[in-house]
Amino acid sequence: MTDFKKLDRRQVLKFGAAGAAALGAAPLFYSRNAWAESFRNDPGSAKNVTLGFNVPQSGPYADEGADELRAYKLAVKHLNGEGDGGMMNTFQPSSLKGNGILGKKVTFTTGDTQTKSDAARASAKRMIEKDGALMITGGSSSGVAVAVQGLCQESGIIFMAGLTHSNDTTGKDKRRYGFRHFFNAYMSGAALGPVLEKEYGKERSAYHLTADYTWGWTQEESMRQFTEGFGWQTTAAVKTPVGAGDFSQYITPVLNSGADVLILNHYGKDMINSLTQAVQFGLRDKQVNGKNFEIVVPLFSRLMAQGAGDNIKGILGSTNWNWSLKDEGSSAFVKSFGAEYGNPPSMAAHTCYVQTLLYANACEMAGTFYPPEVIKALEGFKFDGMGNGATEYRAEDHQCFKDVLVVRGNQNPSSQFDLLEVVETTPRSQVEYDAKIFGGELGPYKV
Amino acid sequence: MDAIIIQILNGVDKGAAYALIALGLTLVFGTLGIVNFAHGALFMLGAFCAVTFNKIMTLSVKIKDESVTLFDAYKEEPYLKIWFGETGEALIDYAVPLSILFAIPIMILVGYVMERGLIRHFYRRPHADQILVTFGLAIVLQELIKASFGANPIPQAAPAILAGSANVGSWIGLGDTLVYPWWRLIYLGFSGLIIFSVFAFLQFTTYGMVVRAGMRDRETVGLLGINIERRFTIVFALAAVVAGVAGVMYTPILPPDYHMGMDFLVLSFVVVVVGGMGSLGGAVAAGFLLGIVQSFASMNEVKQILPGVDQIIIYLVAVVILLTRPRGLMGRAGVMEE
Repeated sequence: MTDFKKLDRRQVLKFGAAGAAALGAAPLFYSRNAWAESFRNDPGSAKNVTLGFNVPQSGPYADEGADELRAYKLAVKHLNGEGDGGMMNTFQPSSLKGNGILGKKVTFTTGDTQTKSDAARASAKRMIEKDGALMITGGSSSGVAVAVQGLCQESGIIFMAGLTHSNDTTGKDKRRYGFRHFFNAYMSGAALGPVLEKEYGKERSAYHLTADYTWGWTQEESMRQFTEGFGWQTTAAVKTPVGAGDFSQYITPVLNSGADVLILNHYGKDMINSLTQAVQFGLRDKQVNGKNFEIVVPLFSRLMAQGAGDNIKGILGSTNWNWSLKDEGSSAFVKSFGAEYGNPPSMAAHTCYVQTLLYANACEMAGTFYPPEVIKALEGFKFDGMGNGATEYRAEDHQCFKDVLVVRGNQNPSSQFDLLEVVETTPRSQVEYDAKIFGGELGPYKV
Repeated sequence: MDAIIIQILNGVDKGAAYALIALGLTLVFGTLGIVNFAHGALFMLGAFCAVTFNKIMTLSVKIKDESVTLFDAYKEEPYLKIWFGETGEALIDYAVPLSILFAIPIMILVGYVMERGLIRHFYRRPHADQILVTFGLAIVLQELIKASFGANPIPQAAPAILAGSANVGSWIGLGDTLVYPWWRLIYLGFSGLIIFSVFAFLQFTTYGMVVRAGMRDRETVGLLGINIERRFTIVFALAAVVAGVAGVMYTPILPPDYHMGMDFLVLSFVVVVVGGMGSLGGAVAAGFLLGIVQSFASMNEVKQILPGVDQIIIYLVAVVILLTRPRGLMGRAGVMEE
């Protein structure tokens, strides 16, 4: 035992230094996962945190953007402990407490992507630099997602993508700070392929009309990979400009091409127009090679089905989620969203709501807003109760893996919202792939 | 052979749409000397007259939708169907052609208000000012439509009897494989009728003769004691009606959205320039020419030789024509040359 009466100057200095070190380190020992690093938009001791919702509020996907925004507002409400809680009641394993995120009330700022990459980057930059957004989320286009994801990586801000379906988002353009809950073109092909084979047989000739940008290219590539894989021929693959309006000059060559299937790799307004016009040109009444001519739309949404009217009836496609699902999570979300807004959520709304909850939950798990730790909490995170069955955020590419729905335009809708009939729920194992096939590098945790 | 005929048919059909919009543009430019960038918005307003008329025809009573159990949802039963049964359903079915009757007075009013309220203040201003103000007006109109109807296209069905395709091949002895949508054929005929009517009005009526005289020499016509300004207002309203009814009839082909006018505007200006500024005949001829050229350039056989040519062909043709005939196909000397 130390005899304090005999302390010399050297011993006093030693004890003093040790004591100072212990005192200095004490907060780190007593607060879980506390990080000394400073980071952009660190809320520090503020009572609120701000999330940035970057959605198309104008332009061709404005209605989809409006639905995304509704979902985000609902998610904020639920995170702050208001309303009925929605999927917070079914999400497992959950660290969410209904008192905001890490005890801080959630607020938000919004931006308009206009479905233009430069406008989307500008609004995200404004939300990060001026509004102090801690996380950016939203969007209805892969071009926009890739552009904003790149900006977020440079800025050290996490990006939880909205509706983006190109393989590139979590493939060659993947980023450490970017996460996608939505499924992708490869998964659409993998889910839809076997159903097409079963419904239309192995001997078919397909004609592709493809939107000329990143999503269209990867959608066509994936559809060709799977349909050619079981024996279909590809008669032609024609790129069409985005927003062409009148597609008649692209549809007339299909009539005499010898093809008996038209695959429309179009989305949104383009899909509504090309499908409407293909039906007007009598393609669905046509017989080629002794078979009924068929039209396939690989990526479907209820909002699009609404726009296409009766033309969508009987047409096969795939979707990320549909409000008619009967699982506990979907029901909770539809009930909550329907009570708030009077109509069911779209698949874009679903993915945006889930992304917000997942980010909040990752912060709670990490015990910090420090992005590298939040990223680590999201990587490899397995969860359920969010409407798609057991789901995993794959660490290698930040792509969510879950069951995929193959749907058909409902022939006999029971309500104005009952536009898509689920033909098959393709299990996750059937749509999984090696992360290496699409290349890309995630990049560093610290930027 | 089938492929060639269908491309010609498609080209003529597209050309008719271009010609119809370009006709109104040329009419306004030829008479008032105004470069009207809001003309596409008038086409869009016409289309939304059809949407509005359809909404009126399908005004409904809300009935609780018992099939939706998770929240309170309502389905709609149109009053016309409740009151008149099958006759009511038939009226709803023919909503698009009937909406022409609704669109005409509205477009006359829109044209009159636009010309008296805004355009006339810019008659003597430079073309750049006219372009700016009419472009601004187009943006205001499309944002108003977006705020009222949303951004998504709103499909409008052709009458059920005209929803399918006509067996054009069997009409000309080429078999059953050559088909073309009934409604597009009707649109083609309708365009021809409107173009003919406008020409007949200008050519064979005294009113038209005065307008043509005003197009040539406004001052002299004024010195003869004719109120040419008032006649020009009516011409502007007529151009608005032409654009409006073209928009109405186009709705079953392309579900209307707030942006559809802008999509057509640029092409229509190319048509007007290629046809010759201020030349009605030139606008019609150029519309059909460019429609057919664009249709052929979209054939896979052509694109295999010249990839992407379908995207630029209209502008290439415009460059070639303007290099060889700087005033366009039928342009008059002195128009926009000061």
